Amino acid sequence: MVNYIWVALILIGIIVSGINGKIDHVSQAAFEGAKTGVSVCFGLISILTFWLGMMKIAEESGLLSKLQTWLNPIARFLFPSVPKDHPAMGYILSNMSANILGLGNAATPMGIKAMEELQKLNPDPKTATPAMCTLLALNTSSITLIPTTIIAIRMNYNSTNPVEIVGTTLFATMIATCSAILLDKYYQRRTWKHRKG
Amino acid sequence: MYEVITTASVWAIPLLLSTILIYGMAKKIPVFEVFTEGAKDGFGTAIRIIPTLVGMMVAISIFRSSGALDLLTQWFKPLLQYFQIPVDIIPLALLRPITGAGSLAVTTDIIATHGPDSFVGRLAATMQGATDTTLYVLTVYFGAVGVRNSKYALKVGLAADLVGVIASIFIVRLIFS
Repeated sequence: MVNYIWVALILIGIIVSGINGKIDHVSQAAFEGAKTGVSVCFGLISILTFWLGMMKIAEESGLLSKLQTWLNPIARFLFPSVPKDHPAMGYILSNMSANILGLGNAATPMGIKAMEELQKLNPDPKTATPAMCTLLALNTSSITLIPTTIIAIRMNYNSTNPVEIVGTTLFATMIATCSAILLDKYYQRRTWKHRKG
Repeated sequence: MYEVITTASVWAIPLLLSTILIYGMAKKIPVFEVFTEGAKDGFGTAIRIIPTLVGMMVAISIFRSSGALDLLTQWFKPLLQYFQIPVDIIPLALLRPITGAGSLAVTTDIIATHGPDSFVGRLAATMQGATDTTLYVLTVYFGAVGVRNSKYALKVGLAADLVGVIASIFIVRLIFS
């Protein structure tokens, strides 16, 4: 999918440049794009270094596992089909708390582990179970407390108040996650009814 | 509403930082040493995105300088004007569910062009943070365990993305204009 989009963006860009008589712009645009890509990544180093350091403290001190205890009732409500002491539950909880703290890199491996455990509970390994769909819904619309990358980019471009978008992001992400959960529950019920009838 | 959201923005990070530090001290862990240990990964993580981001930025830069974007947004213009949505946001809304690095590149591009404190800049930042890359997550998570039939998962993910986009437009307009 990404492959097609990438090629399409470049080829359409070149063709339209040709039509518009701006073909000389293409190589300049390419170099400028590459330069921006690198400078953005360098801007990210500072905040990522700081943030990952703080998160390590949260992890070592047990704050992360504390968060998981608080999330437990929510997870029980979201995943009624997963037995309480099943290893899948532990991975689901780690995945949720890593997402909330904006640790995307830590969330993905935990999410995959959770999927593997859920697959063991799956009667038909080729088809997704309701629990799998719920886990996916949570991850595609993940609640993020602090959007670190975005704050770093805003700092790079000299925003007067880089963190002012934390509140709006939190609002939008909560609405998105709530609707993902509601839709997931809705489809789950509908599929289940179909099977009965 | 406005008060709550702006206060939350300013307090979120200081509160989280002090909670982490106080909790760490209470549990008697060597906070600074642990901090430096974790911080080591920051450099690598940032460097690891370079290839993806450069690739995507080049494609977007070529696409944008050609004027193709203007052609695309021309079609949406009447509808967008009716809802008072800036046209520059459309490529981001379309790319967000498909590619994380691609949409990050578009967001950066918008912020660089219009400024971080412009309406579009704030909107792009909010949108980028509010949802995740549905197609990527679906491919990675289901691909890892060999699930072929994803049932309604894609529908739910894309619908949530759309809700995220609408919610972003709503809240950014409410707070910042």
